[in-house]
Amino acid sequence: MFSIIRSLWLTFLHMFHKRVTIEYPEEKAPLPPRWRGRIILSRDPDGMERCVGCYLCAAACPVDCIALQATEDENGRRYPEFFRINFSRCIFCGYCEDACPTYAIQLIPDFEMGEYDRQNLVYEKEDLLIAGQGKYHGYNYYREAGVDVGVKGKGEGENEDKPVDVRTLMP
Amino acid sequence: MNETLKLTLIAIGILLALLTIAAGLIWVERRMLAAWQDRYGPNRVGPFGILQVVADMIKMFFKEDWIPPFADKSVFILAPAIVMVTILLSFVIIPFAPGILVADINIGLLFFLAMSSLGAYSVVLGGWASNNKYSLLGAVRGAAQMISYEVFMGLSVMGVVIMAGSFNMTDIVLAQKNVWFFIPQFLGFVIFFIAGIAETHRLPFDIPEAESELIAGYHSEYSGMKFGMFFVGEYLGITLISALITTLFFGGWLGFGFLPPVVWFLIKMFAFILFFILLRASLPRPRYDQLMSFGWKILLPLSLLNLLVTGALVLYFT
Ligand code: SF4
Ligand code: SF4
Repeated sequence: MFSIIRSLWLTFLHMFHKRVTIEYPEEKAPLPPRWRGRIILSRDPDGMERCVGCYLCAAACPVDCIALQATEDENGRRYPEFFRINFSRCIFCGYCEDACPTYAIQLIPDFEMGEYDRQNLVYEKEDLLIAGQGKYHGYNYYREAGVDVGVKGKGEGENEDKPVDVRTLMP
Repeated sequence: MNETLKLTLIAIGILLALLTIAAGLIWVERRMLAAWQDRYGPNRVGPFGILQVVADMIKMFFKEDWIPPFADKSVFILAPAIVMVTILLSFVIIPFAPGILVADINIGLLFFLAMSSLGAYSVVLGGWASNNKYSLLGAVRGAAQMISYEVFMGLSVMGVVIMAGSFNMTDIVLAQKNVWFFIPQFLGFVIFFIAGIAETHRLPFDIPEAESELIAGYHSEYSGMKFGMFFVGEYLGITLISALITTLFFGGWLGFGFLPPVVWFLIKMFAFILFFILLRASLPRPRYDQLMSFGWKILLPLSLLNLLVTGALVLYFT
């Protein structure tokens, strides 16, 4: 009996507490930098596309909303010919970002993507690709190691040893 | 002729005022609940969001009014009408101020009790006609709850009737000239209030609806304006119980002079309506058997005791 009256009183006092609501369109909630929102494709420090068209994001996506087609330029550098994300199906789980070996695909703190027409939620590569590096600066996949695709010479990568002449490797 | 016209106008005026209040209460409740939960509530449509009511109404009218093919069609349509009719008829006996009442009948209080018993039919029939397990469970619960709480509701107001010496609502108000009945009849007031909550099946006694257990209980299958009638009926019920508490225990239109009587009545009534909402904001729903045993084992003996003591004292002093 007493506890009922007490809870009534405590509830009543909440009338004079501070509101917790953020009145959204006028006042925006602060989003943490790693908030998972709209997806972008970033570029490396040299301004080239980071994506190498490995399909790992498409494979990781639980709702299969990424579609892409890999191709190569004249140097043999791989890039996506088209890259399409259907945001009406995306659940913003961030698995694609986790799967990506090159930091190309990234989720950014932006959620204001409302559209009247459902088809407008299908983003093409032009809509996804940004000019900058996104959240991860200074990383260039092709500069680390690997084949020569016109970015660095063979054996000149940052984490790469000089190639070994196998014919001199005699016992 | 002139007298008839006046009565008709009063009746229509009360009807319109009540419907406006009931609709407005939807907004009031949402705002107040929000206030007690540290939110704002609807505040976008019109000043302070008051036009939210209009928006809700428009939405309700244009919703598809669907009757499930497995339902008992005629009863299904009848049920929401019963709740509106019985509650609106109960308002006939409420004296809002001297002269502002529809019918000054000498069995006023009995008429209300009869109408609220009839109101139980809307829950039972609505649940039965829906032909759905959840609705039926809600209807069975509603029937049991409303019938048992009606018993103490009737008994608890008998103290007031003994003290006023009349069933007529105007006489009851006038009998409170010296002291409002909630002081000598405090127990009766508390029991009537609890029974009133159960009667309108509001939280914490919303067991026939119990969203978390029964979807929406007896009106799970209702949509469109039929649901709207149950919805508005619920708010009319709150208004009715608050108006009755005001009349029976808090001196009706009697006030302290400087405001017109009807304003005093409305102030008191709204205070109780807000208390109804506060109850909803703060108390959890009891279990069904707890509700029943609370009623029969605690409230019934208490109301009998109240009746006995009041009767004995009144006999002794007169
Ligand atoms: S966030 Fe999840 S659902 Fe959206 S594209 Fe990436 S993997 Fe697919
Ligand atoms: S975005 Fe990343 S994971 Fe997806 S194809 Fe391009 S490089 Fe591979």
